[in-house]
Amino acid sequence: MQRPEQRDEVEMLALMLLIRRFEERASQQYQAQKIGGFCHLYIGQEAVAVGAVAATRADDYIITAYRDHGHALARGTSANACMAELFGKESGCSRGLGGSMHFFDKAHHMYGGHAIVGAHVPLAAGMAFASKYRSEDRVTLCFFGDGAINQGAFHEALNLIALYKLPVVLICENNLFAMGTSVKRSTSLKQIVDRAEGYDIPGEIIDGMNFREVRDKLGEIIISIRKESHPAFVEVRTYRYRGHSMSDPASYRTKEELEKYRLDDPITRFRAQLTREGKLTNEQFDRIDKQAKETVLAAVKFAEKSAELPVEKVYDYVYVNGAGQAGVSPATQP
Amino acid sequence: MREITYRQALNEALAEELERDPSVFLMGEEVAEYHGAYKVSQGLLERFGPKRIIDTPISENGFAGLGVGAAMVGLRPIIEFMTFSFSLVAFDQVVNNAPNMLMMSGGQFNIPITFRGPNGPAHQLGATHSHATENLYVSVPGLKVCTPATPRDAKGLLKTAVRDDNPVLVLEAELLYSSKGIVEPPDEELLIPLGHADVKREGGDVSIICYAQTVPLALTTAQQLEEEDISAEIVDLRSIKPLDEQAIFESVAKTHRVVIVEQDRPFCGVGAEVCYRIQKNIFDALDAPILRVSQEDVPMPYNERLEKFVLPNADKLIAAVKKVCYA
Repeated sequence: MQRPEQRDEVEMLALMLLIRRFEERASQQYQAQKIGGFCHLYIGQEAVAVGAVAATRADDYIITAYRDHGHALARGTSANACMAELFGKESGCSRGLGGSMHFFDKAHHMYGGHAIVGAHVPLAAGMAFASKYRSEDRVTLCFFGDGAINQGAFHEALNLIALYKLPVVLICENNLFAMGTSVKRSTSLKQIVDRAEGYDIPGEIIDGMNFREVRDKLGEIIISIRKESHPAFVEVRTYRYRGHSMSDPASYRTKEELEKYRLDDPITRFRAQLTREGKLTNEQFDRIDKQAKETVLAAVKFAEKSAELPVEKVYDYVYVNGAGQAGVSPATQP
Repeated sequence: MREITYRQALNEALAEELERDPSVFLMGEEVAEYHGAYKVSQGLLERFGPKRIIDTPISENGFAGLGVGAAMVGLRPIIEFMTFSFSLVAFDQVVNNAPNMLMMSGGQFNIPITFRGPNGPAHQLGATHSHATENLYVSVPGLKVCTPATPRDAKGLLKTAVRDDNPVLVLEAELLYSSKGIVEPPDEELLIPLGHADVKREGGDVSIICYAQTVPLALTTAQQLEEEDISAEIVDLRSIKPLDEQAIFESVAKTHRVVIVEQDRPFCGVGAEVCYRIQKNIFDALDAPILRVSQEDVPMPYNERLEKFVLPNADKLIAAVKKVCYA
């Protein structure tokens, strides 16, 4: 059985920093109106995506909801391709056709970027079904927020996943709010992980602000799944520092609450761990942070310079093998 | 020359495609151990085993989405809806996930999936079970929609649908499952391309454009019209998207008069689009306004007499034909 190489921890910290700096810059570019539509930032949750990716093999499947920048970057999609996607450019990871909520990267086994809450959980079931069908030991990691767990598609998918014993890790990134509605106001359960019990899926709570805990606990689960296909559910407790999207000032929570979580920042915490253990100096940290900032700045320049898809190409993405052959005919044009 | 039922024809298509390609699997409610609610999958579990013929719980959204996910990573799922009335529970997967993936991913993920099952009003099933869903789905870019009316078309179109690299809906006609027709022997590969209409009867006075359950209605009506010296040409669309405009225009250029008989609702129905395209492209060929015969614009009543009134029928069709012929 192939296992993931133990990824270098300083490298993983650098990845978390890259996500942080990317999102800060995306926020700024959004305000400068370089980025359109909705834009949901991952700041505060970096240890979840990076910790999970550190526990996987490169050929494991990853699928997530609309707060997807962090997952793509963690998986290895370049900052250039991510920023260009936000700018709507052809060099974007989805050629500028998906936008912030629909990042896709087939080469890195990143299967989106899905913006209808809960609707991608059945897709994860299908991807895992395919692995089992082909007798592969690939694992599917399906990320979703606390808002997804009350959606019908989620429940139907969990039952199917459990019934067919599919190799899926269901990762609930519980950041306490579905848009502006707190878990307390949306969910009848005392704790989210109890959802799993209703489907006989083993569940676990993970501290999402702790990179090592995310990596190690998910690592254990993934090893077990590779041995014998089964699902697992983890409630990863995390926090988003920003509003739901760029247009949300997040007035539904207190400054004190935000400050409490900021003190438990996943990057600060991981940095302190590494420093304490003599694996990271302040100079090193400054260097990787500077590197992250430069990478992101270069990505903005790359995105600005990149071309947009010519308008007539829009018909090429409706059907494969014969663009526009169905339905789209000159007669439908006014 | 052999005659088989529409149901058998679909069964043969499934078996042949499952045999040909190991990435094809059939999934849905009661498809395996029960052999399909309409017995379309009879014998497939025994032949291909539970790995490829898969019973699901009653979770249309869940298993339709499972199909889309499996298609993202290269399998070729055939998802059976017990009826397309139930596909409405999976609307999000069929409309929002399957056909959008190619565009959203910038061309990285196509979805080679077939959604199939009976569609259209059957007999006294009431409003929830009588939906003709075609006009809901043909308006969605990224979906293809075909509507076979004969056993031969059912087999040929379903096989083509399974091989298509895009999401295709095969809307079968519930009332036609037991109807018979001539189909090539199984050792002859039968593939009917999407987007090719079929003139089921030649005529010179009026073009009756139809599909699915309205094809046998149009054919019977044509015989009645013959007795009144009206020669009707019957154009079976076979697939609505892609639409075979050329075949429609050729028939209209010959007859100059058109009645569209469709099994869906009148408002923004399939006939509305066909009508638009005819007048836009060959307005001068028309000798009379185009008429449409469809369902009445009401939810389907259970009462048999009222249901008959709501559905397109021979009387309505004859009246429409006479009107366009000024007869």
